[in-house]
Amino acid sequence: MPIRRRAVLGLIAASALVPARAVAQDRLPVVASVSILGDLVARVGGDRVAVTVLVGPDGDAHVFQPSPADARAVAGARAVVVNGLGFEPWLDRLIEAAGYAGPVIVASRDVTPLALARGEADDPDHAADDHGPADPHAWQDVANARLYVAAIAEGLAAADPGGAATYRANAAAYGAELDALDAAIRAAVAALPPDRRRIVTSHDAFAYFARAYGVTFVAPQGMSTEAEASAADVAALIAQVRAEGTPALFLENVSDPRLLDRIAAETGAAIGGTLYSDALSGPEGPAASYLAMMRHNIATLTAALGD
Amino acid sequence: MTDLLLAPFADFAFMRRALLGCVAIALGAVPVGVFLMLRRMSLTGDAMAHAILPGAAAGFLVSGLSLGAMTVGGILAGLAVALLSGFVTRVTPLREDASLAAFYLISLAGGVLLVSLRGSNVDLLNVLFGTVLALDDAALVLLCAIATGTLLALAVLFRPLVLECADPQFLRSVSGLSAVTHGAFLALVVVNLVAGLQALGTLMAVGLMILPAAAARFWARGIGGLIAVAMAVAVAASLAGLLLSYHLALPSGPAIVLCAGAAYAVSVILGPEGGILARYRPRAHLRS
Repeated sequence: MPIRRRAVLGLIAASALVPARAVAQDRLPVVASVSILGDLVARVGGDRVAVTVLVGPDGDAHVFQPSPADARAVAGARAVVVNGLGFEPWLDRLIEAAGYAGPVIVASRDVTPLALARGEADDPDHAADDHGPADPHAWQDVANARLYVAAIAEGLAAADPGGAATYRANAAAYGAELDALDAAIRAAVAALPPDRRRIVTSHDAFAYFARAYGVTFVAPQGMSTEAEASAADVAALIAQVRAEGTPALFLENVSDPRLLDRIAAETGAAIGGTLYSDALSGPEGPAASYLAMMRHNIATLTAALGD
Repeated sequence: MTDLLLAPFADFAFMRRALLGCVAIALGAVPVGVFLMLRRMSLTGDAMAHAILPGAAAGFLVSGLSLGAMTVGGILAGLAVALLSGFVTRVTPLREDASLAAFYLISLAGGVLLVSLRGSNVDLLNVLFGTVLALDDAALVLLCAIATGTLLALAVLFRPLVLECADPQFLRSVSGLSAVTHGAFLALVVVNLVAGLQALGTLMAVGLMILPAAAARFWARGIGGLIAVAMAVAVAASLAGLLLSYHLALPSGPAIVLCAGAAYAVSVILGPEGGILARYRPRAHLRS
């Protein structure tokens, strides 16, 4: 009896799949390079788009290796949404390999980029070097996320003129949520004592957040997760944390936590929790969407810094 | 001078830990490397390093950055490859190099598959390349325990191992212990590579196992002398590599292995036992 019931359920499920597929085919197939962009595209596109994300939750775009399935997704897409600013170095080759000729929406198009810099404190002359490559993590400033949303809405409208009004309306509604988020982050930072707005994290992805909200981030590792920390980097950081009494260290979802554990043990600073920078968490995690990620980050920051 | 050489270790516990970890690897892995070299199995070390990699990867996938799971996984995968290749060598006409190559390639491909099944491969890269600067108490205890165990095991196995290096046929003819010795030795190789994985990553750990032994070959004849010189080279390379990493901001693991490589290069040229310069010097015995 249970076997037959399962068979019946299977039949129902199979028949239910067919119309769902048909609906999915009616939707505009869009490929987003990373999970954060995938969330933004889904919010702007609503029911009209079917988003495929290449670098999934907790993945790292720096070391992503596209698979044939990714190439197939790109080949079948009507629009590809990328961050730009050098965040997806593998993307040009993937688009070429997939034979994709459609529009590529660069979400960071209107963002004023920051120069890529190592930890601000241990590299005093990085300000003089504005001609280096740009820092791609622009979404860490919510104002930039608004620019992303505008660029995505415009790009989707161009790819699917019939849905232009929907995309603009969705973008406007989501923009209001982003404004509220921005205000909430500013209020949370303002509530912190100024001398405690300073943390150490294992990934240098928060330059835009730092500039927008006035929290100083120092990283033990360079910009890329591919770089191995040298003893000099670690020593400089420990000396700095000791000298300035930095109150908290933060782990991040795509870096080696063991190094931070050692630095924490050696300096007495607290380990504050996980900040999400490059990728969303899975749907069960605390950063399943862009809004949730930013709220989680600021809540984690204030909990650790607000003594 | 004191500032240059001692201050980094006096000021920072992570430098002391890194040095202790490297010394432990030097004491354990280097004698194993000397025997690998004498038995013309230096490349076996490299093959075994690839073989343990997927085991460590599987351990990581199951329980995250857990020292225990990665160690056990690495040791199991390495031992499985060693045992299976030994088994195939003994029951089929295939020679040991070919069967070992076959099994480590299978193991490696399985590991890469495991890695690809999981979305995030960054943690894994961090794991596989190790961080000598991030050794915690548990990792240090493991490294020192493995070094101690290796030295004790080598003390027990010393005679049969030396015999196997000199004349394996003879040992096989007079004693049934040949296979046991060989198996125990391969186990030591695996365990020491897994220890090295914690600090230097698998590939770099092979470097600290083989390079000092190869360098020592140009300075000493007897096996005791070889082991002593190789250990000294390994400890000096670790110290120099860490100091270079500290003063010149170089990545630590490669700096240490390159220092060992520099010691090897100098030995090839200057070493009195068959070094390039020694070959072209007038020889003492011609004067008689």
